[in-house]
Amino acid sequence: MSNMVQAIRMALHVGEERHGVTDIFGEDVGPPLGGAFTATQGLKTAWNSPLDERGIVGTSIGLGLAGCRNVAEIQFCDYGFNSIDLLKLAGMHHWMSNGEWNCPITIMTPVGSGIRGSIYHSHSFDATTTHIPGFKIALPSTPRDAYGLLLSCIVDPNPCFFLVPKSLMRVRSLPGEEIPGEPGDDRVLAKMIDAPLGDRTSWKPQWPETPDHLVPFGEARTVRSGRDLTVVSYGRTLPLCVKAAEALVEEGIDAEVIDLRSLHPYDWSRISESVRRTGRVLYVNEDSEITNFGEHLIRRTVEELFYELAAPPRLLAGAHVPGIGLADSLEMVSVPQLPSITDAIRSLARSEP
Amino acid sequence: MSTSLRPVRSPPASELSPDLLSKLHSLMVKARVLEERLIQMYRQGDGFFWIGGPGEEAFNVPLGLLIHKGRGPQYDYCHFHYRQSATLLAMGADPIDAMRQMKNSATDPYSGGRNFVGHYSIRQWNVVPVSSPIEVQYSIAPGTAIANKRAGGRGITIVTGGDAGTAEGDFSTCLVWSSRPANQLPVLMIVTNNKWGISTHFQGQHGEKRISDRGKAFGIESKTIDGNDPEVSYRELSAAMEYVRTERKPFLLEAMVSRLYGHSSASGANRTNDEADCIAGFERRLEERGLLTRQQMDELRAQFTAELLAAHKQVKEEPQPESKSIYEHVFADRDLVRGDG
Repeated sequence: MSNMVQAIRMALHVGEERHGVTDIFGEDVGPPLGGAFTATQGLKTAWNSPLDERGIVGTSIGLGLAGCRNVAEIQFCDYGFNSIDLLKLAGMHHWMSNGEWNCPITIMTPVGSGIRGSIYHSHSFDATTTHIPGFKIALPSTPRDAYGLLLSCIVDPNPCFFLVPKSLMRVRSLPGEEIPGEPGDDRVLAKMIDAPLGDRTSWKPQWPETPDHLVPFGEARTVRSGRDLTVVSYGRTLPLCVKAAEALVEEGIDAEVIDLRSLHPYDWSRISESVRRTGRVLYVNEDSEITNFGEHLIRRTVEELFYELAAPPRLLAGAHVPGIGLADSLEMVSVPQLPSITDAIRSLARSEP
Repeated sequence: MSTSLRPVRSPPASELSPDLLSKLHSLMVKARVLEERLIQMYRQGDGFFWIGGPGEEAFNVPLGLLIHKGRGPQYDYCHFHYRQSATLLAMGADPIDAMRQMKNSATDPYSGGRNFVGHYSIRQWNVVPVSSPIEVQYSIAPGTAIANKRAGGRGITIVTGGDAGTAEGDFSTCLVWSSRPANQLPVLMIVTNNKWGISTHFQGQHGEKRISDRGKAFGIESKTIDGNDPEVSYRELSAAMEYVRTERKPFLLEAMVSRLYGHSSASGANRTNDEADCIAGFERRLEERGLLTRQQMDELRAQFTAELLAAHKQVKEEPQPESKSIYEHVFADRDLVRGDG
């Protein structure tokens, strides 16, 4: 069963073979490394760019305007902040030309904490990207969703962000959540598509036959059904929410957990249906809490579902501090972790008017 | 990589035919009259803001005539900035469309009333949307140039900017990305140097003697020319383009030009008299050579003035975009503005 980097690699291969991807590029994306997280190993259109994020985003836009579907990687989203105006421009081309041009590009970048990445390898990007109109935004939490959402980005006629939770890069699919066509044995898949250590010059991957399993934008997934409250999350914090919900069963708390998967468009109908049923909602993500995407979701919750709520909607998010400090004692309190998520679910479930 | 620079051969001065000289002149005058009309529109309240390129016609008209226009990577991709109405007219654009953009009308074919004047977008000619930042086009150009090169024809990417904008990192991005030994790119990098960044003079901000010198460090063929002379511009652009088309490598061309009405309407859009006027200089030469008389040239200007006045009156009557249209064209496939999936 694949992990998330392998799933991304397989989706990129399918993009090259069947969906017209002409370029997969960025710093260290091509051989010999094949990506800082190995997500681009063995791909025939992968190439190394200069160490220049503005050039990466700009060239991606230019390729897209010329009709070349491409996936451009910012090695860590922390280094994409110097390209915000170019990202804005990518999201603007269709609108500013009154519908004349479109820009079919995918900006792929690892996001979030969880690898003890210190100040410049731990930033979140979801609040930033949801502030850039014209983009579709995907943020998977499982290998199969990574595969399906990346393919949706690739075939889309608009610019797309594919945000990858870096702490989940090596997490494997759960049984029953395999990518169709992938070998069931981890070692078999690794032998087929992981580049060997040492000299790779003559290595060629053996790609499994995987289908066009697309996860559509705007379609959330209910990971766990429950009746007492709704927990909406995505990315790194999603599996923590599931784990917390399962642990709370023995306390008599039955939480529903929704994986949002795409942030624009997003599946409001699934959220609202669930919240109408449970009357309580907790939004969880790890971006800093002020002007956080979860705040937008709370605004809609209050405006549209106010009279159906049994408790105030809550947001559990990252501390509003400039970065995530390296020491374990700093990182653990800067962004939501299993104990804080468990506490938040418990207190929301038990809150009384 | 070898950094030796072979000189690019320029054809001799006498090669331009009388017909071509006359065409250059006519387009230069038309472009100037258009800019003056756009300034008039601003003064009369028929537009919120004017910016343009009066003073750059001697360079921008030859550029427009030499572009291989069309759609797709077999043709030239154009990453322009906002002082190039003369280039657009030389490519065959109708001046009334610039006036429609000035008036932010629904009929503005470039942006539907969304963008400032001079911010063109013509997909059928590979003119990508012009945006107000003065540098981003230099970062985007390598992308279309990769497509040009891969297509295998003679199409090139042309990117223009001003001298002040070269201080931005994107200018370096274009130098670096177009000259990578792994994949040199057919990019004609143009800098029209009017020696001003709004109110700040070049002299106090640029330690390099010539902007074109910056190409040399990358092994990029580079040249600085007199962009106020349309014959020089035509010859040098022809030579530079031919080099980029055939060698599939970058070229950096710096053209010294004038700025005759200041930065924009924000600085008054008043005529300055202390910079060379390329049209006046060219007309003296045409008269001396007996190609055109003063009377013919005056009549030509009067004709354009009358035509564009009539166009102005027409544009005044055209509708503004509907307010509800703000949600149109956010996405190329469907309306997802509210975020609902």
